[in-house]
Amino acid sequence: MNRTRLSAIARKEFLQIRRDPRSLYLAFILPILLLTLFGYAISFDIRNIRMAVLDQSQSAGSRELIESFESSGYFTIVGRLARVGDADRVLGDGSAKLVLVIPPTFAADLGSGRAAEVQLLLDGSDANTATIAQNYADAIVSRYSTDVILRGRTVTLPVRAESRVWYNETLESRNMIVPGLVAVIMSIIAAMLTALTIAREWERGTMEQLAATPVHRLEVVIGKLIPYVGIGLFDVAVATVLGLTVFRVPLRGDVLLLAVMTLLFLLGALGLGMFISAAMKSQMLATQVAMIATFLPALLLSGFIFSIATMPWVLKALSRVVPARYYVSVTKGIFLKGVGIDVLAVDGIAMVIFAAVGLGLAIRVFHKEIT
Amino acid sequence: MPGADVVTVRGLTRTFGDFVAVDDVTFSVSAGEVFGFLGPNGAGKTTTIKMLTGLLRPTAGTATVAGRDIAREPAAVKRQIGYMSQLFSLYADLTVGENIELFAGLYGVAGPRLAERRAWVLKMAGLTEHEHRQTGELSLGWKQRLALGCAVLHEPPILFLDEPTSGVDPVSRRSFWDLIYQLAEGGTTVFVSTHYMEEAEYCHRLALMNRGRLIALDRPGRLKRLLDRPLLELKTDDAPRAVAALRAVPGVLDAAMFGRAVHVLASDRDDALAAVPAALAAAGRTCEALEVVEPSLEDVFVALVRREGGARDG
Repeated sequence: MNRTRLSAIARKEFLQIRRDPRSLYLAFILPILLLTLFGYAISFDIRNIRMAVLDQSQSAGSRELIESFESSGYFTIVGRLARVGDADRVLGDGSAKLVLVIPPTFAADLGSGRAAEVQLLLDGSDANTATIAQNYADAIVSRYSTDVILRGRTVTLPVRAESRVWYNETLESRNMIVPGLVAVIMSIIAAMLTALTIAREWERGTMEQLAATPVHRLEVVIGKLIPYVGIGLFDVAVATVLGLTVFRVPLRGDVLLLAVMTLLFLLGALGLGMFISAAMKSQMLATQVAMIATFLPALLLSGFIFSIATMPWVLKALSRVVPARYYVSVTKGIFLKGVGIDVLAVDGIAMVIFAAVGLGLAIRVFHKEIT
Repeated sequence: MPGADVVTVRGLTRTFGDFVAVDDVTFSVSAGEVFGFLGPNGAGKTTTIKMLTGLLRPTAGTATVAGRDIAREPAAVKRQIGYMSQLFSLYADLTVGENIELFAGLYGVAGPRLAERRAWVLKMAGLTEHEHRQTGELSLGWKQRLALGCAVLHEPPILFLDEPTSGVDPVSRRSFWDLIYQLAEGGTTVFVSTHYMEEAEYCHRLALMNRGRLIALDRPGRLKRLLDRPLLELKTDDAPRAVAALRAVPGVLDAAMFGRAVHVLASDRDDALAAVPAALAAAGRTCEALEVVEPSLEDVFVALVRREGGARDG
């Protein structure tokens, strides 16, 4: 590899990016836009679930139970119903996700020591929210039951779970999303950026002039990569600063480790884009292939949204060839857990392999032969 | 003037599937020659040039350029040559100066030599005032001169130009050829393809290609003598109809449009001078003038291509 030729290619690519509005938009505007958009839009926290109450008991006990729902913070009471038939209406039109039915016998049963029954009606059309709401409601009801038993007495329960959540103490889903989001966005942006670069040369005919010079294909691929690696590192730096300041995500690990891992990841992702570009030879086709090859896998199979541990084995196996999976694990690990290379070594090795494969494929497929 | 052979081609062949683009071509080019490649579209000129510049691997046959084998050492060949492709292929979004710097970098021209070569190219292309303009904004004539400049930045001994003047206006074409001669006088071997007849006349030697085969190779003056039959020029009121009528006349080997006139290749001069006016009269066409003329390169070219079965479609 010759340094003069390498820097000539890198400089040329840099100048072209600087003058191409589409590349500039992809490189600098889109990542920030996506991060802000998704950072605000995606939230798995379920708060203020709309609920309605049908209180047929109208007793001190029933009011106390309703009060404990309200004060939990998870539920907002949007209606007090008069008839059982109303429950169907509010669940049907979506004005409530859950209806709590307290039967007329509630106070009497409670007073006599019999098991008092209440009914929870849930809107199961959004299964995820329904499950979470049900869990919250169960917890509130059982807590209330404990309070009733313990009223006026002190009894030590045989087993008591004292839970504490580590790494994301308040279980803010934003803390989990933002680091993963950086990884997902960078997989897409990196591949899209380089998907254009070789195809453009074929389309404009400049490849022919380039191919007639003594430049080696290794120099073309590496030289073109240099400015994009710079852009990628810059993007991740900006995203990190945004995450820390705007989204208040903690950064507990080593910034240098994050930078090194980011570099490895970028080499693989940019190499993949370049491979697609060299193989497709058309900007349009390469963009579409790059989008399909990165967007869905990065979103669905990286562990960003869906936990890989609970996936069926086919998807689990598939996720192993999604580079974003390893980078998501790196960003989550470094941002939230503050773990070091000892824990992330496997992800690091996986990314070294991806970098080698991505660049290797790009160099292999990129032939200077003109037909 | 010509020295040792710098390009030798032996049985060079390239196929694309069943299509034989270049078919068993053999020739050589001497140092300092302006070697022309003439032929209709699809004749295999561009494919041959791409093989000689190391852009395309031959299917069969061998060739050496500056003593290097094109199939085994394409990288070494590329260091010894300059190449300018048929279509404008510099970077339109870079400025004139940036294009020069890019190709200087790729050819390893650096330091004081770069400054000197850059000044030379700018002056040669007449772009000294426009160094900071984006290349895409330049006129085609200017673009082609800049492309030529970028191709000779490293002062290669051999220069390959693939239809460098196609689409360029006649004045720019003329000045482009002045540059080619300037380079040739400096000792550069120039290998140029064209489909303009008047440009072909400027070449020291001319290779005629048709359907992938080399059908003639000689100096332009001697190529014209290849036509060993008398050639008549006819002025008539309707040249296309006259051509159709004359092709059926015995003793007329060929009839073709030549500008607004018709050129008739005859087997015998006196027979033709009698038979042509008679045939025209029978067809209801006028015969305003009929005389024997010296064949031009175009006549030779048309006759040879027709003898070889005509040009390829498209």
